Amino acid sequence: MDKVQDNRAWFLIIPVFLIVAFSAVIPLMTVVNYSVQEIFGPGQTFFVGTEWFEAVLKDERLHDALVRQIIYSLAVLAIEIPLGILIALGMPGGRSAKTSLTLVLLALPLLIPFNVVGTIWQIFGRGDIGLLGATFRAIGIDYNYTNNSAHAWVTVLVMDVWHWTSLVALLCYAGLQSIPPAFYQAAKIDGASKWAVFRYIQLPKMRGVLIIAVLLRFMDSFMIYTEPFVLTGGGPGNSTTFLSQYLTQMAVGQFDIGKAAAFSIVYFLIVLLFSFIFYTIITRTGEGEKK
Amino acid sequence: MATIQFDNLGHSYHPHPSKPEDYALRRLSQEWEDGKAYALLGPSGCGKSTLLNIISGLLVPSEGRVLFDGLDVTRCTPEERNIAQVFQFPVIYDTMTVYENLAFPLRNRKVPAADVDRRVRQVAEALDLTADLKKRAQRLTPDAKQKISMGRGLVRSDVAAILFDEPLTVIDPHTKWILRRKLRQIHEEYRLTMIYVTHDQVEALTFADKVAVMYEGAMVQLGTPQELFENPEHTFVGYFIGSPGINLMPCTLGSDHALVDGIAIPLPDRAMSSAGGRVGGKFELGIRPEFLELTRSGNAGAIPVQVTGVDDLGTSKLATVRLNNHTLKVRLSEEQEIPALDAAIRFPTRWTKLYRDSHLIG
Repeated sequence: MDKVQDNRAWFLIIPVFLIVAFSAVIPLMTVVNYSVQEIFGPGQTFFVGTEWFEAVLKDERLHDALVRQIIYSLAVLAIEIPLGILIALGMPGGRSAKTSLTLVLLALPLLIPFNVVGTIWQIFGRGDIGLLGATFRAIGIDYNYTNNSAHAWVTVLVMDVWHWTSLVALLCYAGLQSIPPAFYQAAKIDGASKWAVFRYIQLPKMRGVLIIAVLLRFMDSFMIYTEPFVLTGGGPGNSTTFLSQYLTQMAVGQFDIGKAAAFSIVYFLIVLLFSFIFYTIITRTGEGEKK
Repeated sequence: MATIQFDNLGHSYHPHPSKPEDYALRRLSQEWEDGKAYALLGPSGCGKSTLLNIISGLLVPSEGRVLFDGLDVTRCTPEERNIAQVFQFPVIYDTMTVYENLAFPLRNRKVPAADVDRRVRQVAEALDLTADLKKRAQRLTPDAKQKISMGRGLVRSDVAAILFDEPLTVIDPHTKWILRRKLRQIHEEYRLTMIYVTHDQVEALTFADKVAVMYEGAMVQLGTPQELFENPEHTFVGYFIGSPGINLMPCTLGSDHALVDGIAIPLPDRAMSSAGGRVGGKFELGIRPEFLELTRSGNAGAIPVQVTGVDDLGTSKLATVRLNNHTLKVRLSEEQEIPALDAAIRFPTRWTKLYRDSHLIG
């Protein structure tokens, strides 16, 4: 067959090129550009090379925020993934009113805007008018997320679990529903225990959705901004200031655009690196031995 | 190993079944011998899988009892009944190696490691899986995966019965043939009770000692392949077994013969005696294409027919003939000549069957 040569095909791709360039490539390159300049104002810039990057890597506050961020994201994964799997395992199957109701209830937190979630928890945790705060107070626990950093930390974490575990549960549920009944019947006949059914049928069949769940929850939690900003504003002190919030303070608060740009690039690379590591680990453990 | 008994067994998916059509499996009382290979044969939706699941314990029947060696197991789980089952599509444990897959049913039952190893190697040898034992099951072809599924059924030496639910559906025709022979060999060697569900008559007839033909929820005949062929007890058996199926013509009864459009066809004595007392019902005359004789008119007992077509099948010929409004098939040997003008057929009395409301009466 003759190959058709028709350069007009390029015209069909141009819109996509333009949109991607406009929305992603040019802004990213602008950030790269800023990261190597000192900027005093429009037109008043000069080249500083890697100075900003050096400053970012030495920034003590940034180190603290990074450590806090990593602990936070790992805690999110350690709680939400097993909890999501447990919920999915306990969910009713088949087409029944019970199933629909469960699905709707689980989907609810996912439909609430991020800053509303922050506001809900801000009120929920208040000692004077909030249900949670008042309950704690009533049973004699001195709970106060505005001046106790441990309380603030746990509240932000529980809020994330409340907000996002549904996503993991729904993904796992979809994975579980795709297992043909013959697998369970065969396991019954093979005399497999409940744990063996989970370990050798359900977990392997959920691997695909679990990869997605882990990556999504890691990336999202690593970039968390709105909810803690609304709930605690990063405080008390810097105890709940995560990377994105520190970045915003730097870029918008202190108008330190060059340094913030360098920070953004480092931030982006960290997310990329961690995602790559997770992805590799999960796909490898599923594949097992090499050929 | 176990003798399997069905005592007034029946199953309906309706909560309150009233008419026979409500039953996925109609009333059945039977005894299946220990150590024999049985096939459940029938078209989709005939109730064969329902019966299989009742035997395996995946389904509790709505009526009657199942007994293994005289013991009521109707409400026992598959594990308590100690049966093995192989499903239509391969069920393998993705993360395990072939060896671990085969060992799984034994390890779950705390069989000593040395015995596990011996059994796994035996079964792997029988199914040609020895070379793959260390591979991950997930990487194998569908054929090999189904062999693993079968292997997990065969690996337990003490099972009451091994059940196969159309296990060769996903296997290519050539491998199908080999695997079926393998199963047959394994059966002959270990004398396990095997129950094999299929809609493929060749599969059923080549595999089983006894074939149970199911039709619309009822077991219409249980017999050896030869019995099913020579003496179909139900018109459905005649139609379903054999290719092409039995020739059937509506008829009325004369004094010692059947009348098809006024043409007398002699019937065996037993047909006459058992039909004699019964009045009413729809009578049909049936004869297999293999037993009809094509000859020339003028010979004794010959009924003139018109030959409308001949198919040469390579090993035999299949003639289509018309007898008034009825089309009949006649199977002939390759060498036999087909008379062009004065063709006639003869109904050997021994092979001529009389059916009343689809059931054989003689």
